Amino acid sequence: MESEIAQIAQYAGDGVIGLSWLMIAFPLVGAFILLVFGRFTNRWGHLLGVAMSLASFVVAVLAFMELIGFGEDQRRQAVHLYEFIPGMVDMGLLVDPLSISFALLITGVGSLIHIYSIGYMSHDEHRRRFFAYLNLFVAAMLLLVLADNYVGLFIGWEGVGLASYLLIGFWQFKPSAAVAAKKAFVVNRVGDFGLLVGMFVIWTSFGTLAFKDLGAKVSGAENGVTLAIGLLLLLGACGKSAQLPLQSWLLDAMEGPTPVSALIHAATMVTAGVYLVVRSGAFFFPEGSGAALAAAIVGAVTLLAGAIIGCAKDDIKKGLAGSTMSQIGYMMLGAGLGPAGYAFAIGHLITHGFFKADLFLGAGSIMHGMNDEVDMRKYGGLRKYMPVTFATFFIGYLAIIGFPLLSGYFTKDGIIETAVHHQPVLGWLAVLGAGITGFYMSRMVFMTFFGQKRWADDAHPHESPSVMTVPLMILSLGALGLGAYLVLGGTLYTFLRPAVGGEATPPVFDFASTPGLVTLVLVAIGAAIAWVKYGRAEVPAVQPRGSFVTTFARRDLYGDALNESLFMRPGQWLTRIAVFFDNRGIDGLVNGLAAGIGGTSGRLRRVQTGFARTYALSIFIGAALLTGALLLVGNI
Amino acid sequence: MSPWLPILMAVPVVGAIVVALLPKGSDKLAKQLTLLFSLLTLVLTGVMAAGYKPTGPRFQFAAEYDWIPSFGVKFGVGVDGVALVLIALSVVLVPIVVLASWNDADGVKTADGTIVAPKRSVKTYFSLLLVLETMMIGVFAATDVFLFYVFFEAMLIPMYFMIGSYGGAQRSYAAVKFLLYSLFGGLLMLVAVIGLYVLAGSKTFMFPELVGAIQDPAMQKWLFGGFFIAFAIKAPLWPVHTWLPDAAAQAPAGAAVLLVGVLDKVGTFGMLRFCLELFPDAAKAFTMPIVVLAVISIIYGAIVAIGQTDMKRLIAYTSISHFGFIVLGVFAMSDVAQSGAALYMVNHGFATGALFLAAGFLIARRGSPYIKDYGGVQKVAPLLAGFFLIAGLAGLSLPGLSSFVSEFMVMIGTYSSEAHGSGALTVAAGISALAVILAAVYILWMVQRTLNGPTAEPVKAFKDLNAREVWVLAPLVALIIGFGFFPKPLLDVINPSVQATLTNVHVPTSTIAEKGTGQ
Repeated sequence: MESEIAQIAQYAGDGVIGLSWLMIAFPLVGAFILLVFGRFTNRWGHLLGVAMSLASFVVAVLAFMELIGFGEDQRRQAVHLYEFIPGMVDMGLLVDPLSISFALLITGVGSLIHIYSIGYMSHDEHRRRFFAYLNLFVAAMLLLVLADNYVGLFIGWEGVGLASYLLIGFWQFKPSAAVAAKKAFVVNRVGDFGLLVGMFVIWTSFGTLAFKDLGAKVSGAENGVTLAIGLLLLLGACGKSAQLPLQSWLLDAMEGPTPVSALIHAATMVTAGVYLVVRSGAFFFPEGSGAALAAAIVGAVTLLAGAIIGCAKDDIKKGLAGSTMSQIGYMMLGAGLGPAGYAFAIGHLITHGFFKADLFLGAGSIMHGMNDEVDMRKYGGLRKYMPVTFATFFIGYLAIIGFPLLSGYFTKDGIIETAVHHQPVLGWLAVLGAGITGFYMSRMVFMTFFGQKRWADDAHPHESPSVMTVPLMILSLGALGLGAYLVLGGTLYTFLRPAVGGEATPPVFDFASTPGLVTLVLVAIGAAIAWVKYGRAEVPAVQPRGSFVTTFARRDLYGDALNESLFMRPGQWLTRIAVFFDNRGIDGLVNGLAAGIGGTSGRLRRVQTGFARTYALSIFIGAALLTGALLLVGNI
Repeated sequence: MSPWLPILMAVPVVGAIVVALLPKGSDKLAKQLTLLFSLLTLVLTGVMAAGYKPTGPRFQFAAEYDWIPSFGVKFGVGVDGVALVLIALSVVLVPIVVLASWNDADGVKTADGTIVAPKRSVKTYFSLLLVLETMMIGVFAATDVFLFYVFFEAMLIPMYFMIGSYGGAQRSYAAVKFLLYSLFGGLLMLVAVIGLYVLAGSKTFMFPELVGAIQDPAMQKWLFGGFFIAFAIKAPLWPVHTWLPDAAAQAPAGAAVLLVGVLDKVGTFGMLRFCLELFPDAAKAFTMPIVVLAVISIIYGAIVAIGQTDMKRLIAYTSISHFGFIVLGVFAMSDVAQSGAALYMVNHGFATGALFLAAGFLIARRGSPYIKDYGGVQKVAPLLAGFFLIAGLAGLSLPGLSSFVSEFMVMIGTYSSEAHGSGALTVAAGISALAVILAAVYILWMVQRTLNGPTAEPVKAFKDLNAREVWVLAPLVALIIGFGFFPKPLLDVINPSVQATLTNVHVPTSTIAEKGTGQ
C-alpha cells in the first residue's frame, strides 16, 4: 500500500531544530571573516574554516538526534525564518529525513575534506581564500537542501554554482582554469533557465512555491502542467548534476584543486539535481509519469556515457569525473522510478559521497606525492610507496565496482534491481554500465598502483601526511560498511519514507537476484579485461592512437564539438551581426537622419566636434519659446 | 504642508552655490564641501523616510506653492513609495559618486605620461553634481506634471556639461547625441503636457487631479504616445537606445553612474506614474507592442553586450537589457511584476553603479577602457578584482544579490499575469528568462579577460584599491547583499504605491492572495 507523505508541521519545540539555521550561519560567518579580513587571517584562516564546518556538523547531528525522537509522522519540521518577498515567499527551513540526510553528508564529508585540505593546500599562498570559498560552498549547499521552498533552494543552488565557479577557477592565472570556471557557470545557467521557468509555472498554477503548500494543492496525478514543470526542473537537474545533455562542464571542472573535485564535483553539489528530483518527486515526478520516465532515461543514458568516457581517460581526475557522471546517472535513474527507487537513489548518493570522495582525495594524495602529475601513464607500481593511499583507494575501488558486501554493492544493486523491475530496458542498461565500471575502475587501479614504475626521474613518490591520510581512512570506512547499514533491513528506506513516500514494508535485499548475479559476472569480466590489458601487460607511457571508438570516448563523445558547432559558433556570429547592426544600422540611420535635417553631413560633423554648446543652447531657446507660446495660448 | 521635500531640494543647490563661489585654488575644499552637502542630504532623506507610512495616504510630505497662477502651475511635491525609494537611491548614490569622482576633474595621465583627459575646473564639476542632485530629487518628488516636465528637461543641462566637458575623447559627439535624443523626446512630451492641460480642462497640472481626467480613448492614445516616446528614449528602450552606450562610455565613471543609475530611471518611473495612470486605456491598448519592444531590448541588449570590446559600453548594453526588464514589468499589468519593476529600478542603480565605478577604477589605473588591455588583475589587485566580480555577479542577477529578487519578480509576475493577452505575456516571460544565460556570458567573459589569466605587462604595476575607493564600493556591495536577502523593507514601501497605480489602471490587484489550484 502506498503511503501518504507526512504532513509538514511547524516546529514548536525549543530544541536544536529551531536553531538549524546555525548550520548555514556558521560556515557563512567563516567565509565572511576570511574574505573581509583577508590576509590578517592568513595564519589561522584554515583552522577557522575547519572549525566552522565542524560546528555545522555538530548542529546537524543534534538536529538529527532530535528529529528521530519524533514519531514517524512528525518527522517533517518546518522552521520559519522571515518574510522574504512579501505575499510570495516566506523564507524557512525544512528539517525532515531527506534534508537532514543531506545535511549530515555535506557537513560530515565536507569537514573531512576541509581537514584534508589543510595538508593538500599547505604550499598554496592563497590557502586562506580557498577555505573561505569552501565555507561559502558548505553554507550555500545547506541552504539548498534545507530551504522549505523553491526560491530558497534556488538561492542555494546558485550559491553552490558561485562557489564552484570560484573554486574551479581557484588557480585562475591558468587560462584553462579560467575558461573551465566560466564554462561550468554558463552551462549551469542553461539548466537554471529550466528551473526558473519551472518556478514560474509552479507559481502561476498553484500560487505557492513552498513545499508545505504544494502538498495540499498537487494531486499527484500527472497532467500537462505537472509534466511541463517536471521536464523544466529536470533540465535544471541536468545542469547541476552534469547529466546529458548538459554534462560537458564537469570534465573541465577538474581544473580545480582536488579537494574541490572531491567535495563539490563528486560528493555533494553535483548530486543536487538528484535532490531536486526526489524533493519534487511527489509533486512533479510521480511514479509512472512522463517526467519520471524522462529522468530515468537521462540517468540511464548518462550512466553509460560517463562510463564510456571513464574508460578512455589517462588523466586520473578526468577518469574519476567520467565515473562521477556515470554514478549520478545511476542516482537519476533511481530517482526516476518513483518512491521505490528514492531510498536507493539517496542511499547511493550517500555511499557514493563517501567512496568517491575517498577516491578523489586518494588521487589528490597521489598527485601530492608525484609533483601534481595526473597522467596515469606516468604512474605505476605506486602501492609500495603510498601504502595508506593504496589501501584506502582500493577500498573505494571495490565499493564503486560493487564488490559484494561493500557499500556500492548494496546501493547500486538496489537501483539496478528496482530499475529492472520497473523499466526493464533501462535496468539492463544499468547492468551493462556496471560491467563497464568494473573495467575502467580496474584499469585505473592497475595503471596507478600495479605494474612497472613509469614516473619521471624527478618524481619522488611518498606517502602524504596524516592530516590527509586520516580523512582517507575515515572515508574508506564509510565505503566499507555504510551501504550494508543503510540498505539491509531497510534502515534508510524506513527513515526516508515520511519525506518521500513509498510502501509501508521496505524491500528486502535479494542477494541472489538474476540482475544482481549478472552484474557481478559482468564486473568480473570487466576487471579481468582490465587486468589483461593494463595489469599483466606493460602500459605504454605514451598514449597509443587507439581505434575510432577510443577517440570517440577520449573526446568526451564529441559533446564539446557538438556544443561548439550548435551553440558557440552560431552564437558568435549572431553577436557579431548584432553589434554590426547596432553600430551601422540603427545608429547609421539616426546619424543619417540628423545629417539630412542639418542639410549636409559636413554640418553634422561640425556639430559633433565644435559647436555642441551652441547647439544645445539653441535647442533650449527653442524649448523656451515653445513654453512661452503655451503661456500665451493659455492666457487667451 | 510639509517642508521636508523643499528642504531636501534646497540643501544640494545651496551647496552648489557655495562650492561655485569658492575662490580659485580651493579644489580640495570644494570636494570636501560637496561630500558634506551630499551626506547632509542623505541624512535628511533618511530622517524623512523614517516618517513615511507605507499604509498612509498616497502622497506624503506633500507641499504646494503657487508658481504660475494664471495656468494653475504649482510647485507641487510629494512622494509615494516608488518615488521615495528612487529619491533614496539618488541621495545614496551622490555621495558615493562624489567620493569616486574625487580625482576625475584633475585629469588622467597614463603611466607613460600620455594625457588621456586634461585637467578641468574642479569646482564646476562638483557644483554641477549638486545641482543635478536637486533636480533628481525634484523630478521624482514633483506632483505637478508641469514641474515634472521642467525637471525632466533641466536635468539634461548639468549632465550635458558633465559629459561634454569632463568626458573621454569622443565626449562632444556623445554629449550632443545624448542631448539631441533627449530634447526630441522632451519636445514630444511638452506637446503632450500642453494637450493634457487643454483637454482635461481643469486648469491644473496637479497629477492627482488629472488622474481619470482624459476619458476619450483616441485622445488618450495621442497623449500617451507623447509621454511614452519621451520616456522610451530616456529609459532607453530598443530601438532608441544608441545614445546610451556613447554617453555612458564617454562620461566620467561617476557621471555614468548617475546617468544610467538615476536619470534613465526617470523614463521608467514616468511610464509607471504618468503613462499608466493618466492614460489607462491607451496603456492597455499599447501593452503588446511595448512588451515586444521590451523583450527585444532584453535579448538584443544582452547579445550586443557580449560583443563589446569596451568595458563601459558593455555595461551600458547590459543596462539596456535590464531596462527591458523594467519596462516589461511596468506593462505586464500585474502587481508582482510591477513591484518587481519598481524594485528593479533601485537595485539596478546599486548594481550598475558598483559595476561602472569598479570599471572606472580599473580604467583609471590603465588609461584604457578596452577589455583586451587587461588580464590577470586578480593576481595584483585582489580587492579591486573581488569588488569587480561581486558587482558583475549583481549584474547577472545572481540569487542572493538584490538584482535577483527584482528580476525574478518581474519575470514571474509577467508569466502569471492575468491581463488581457496573458498568453503573449507568458511567452514574453519565457523568452526574457533566456537572458539569465546571456548575462552569465557577458559578465563572466569580461571577468575572464580582465581579471583572470596571466597578468598583462602594464597591469603588473596596478595598485590595489586605496581606502577612498574601498569606501566607494563597500557601501554599494553591502546594499546589494543586504537587499538580496532582505528586500522586504523596500517592497513594503513600494507595494502600496503599485497597488494604487494598478487601481487607477483598473487592474485587479489580488493576484497574490487568490492564486488557487491550477489543476
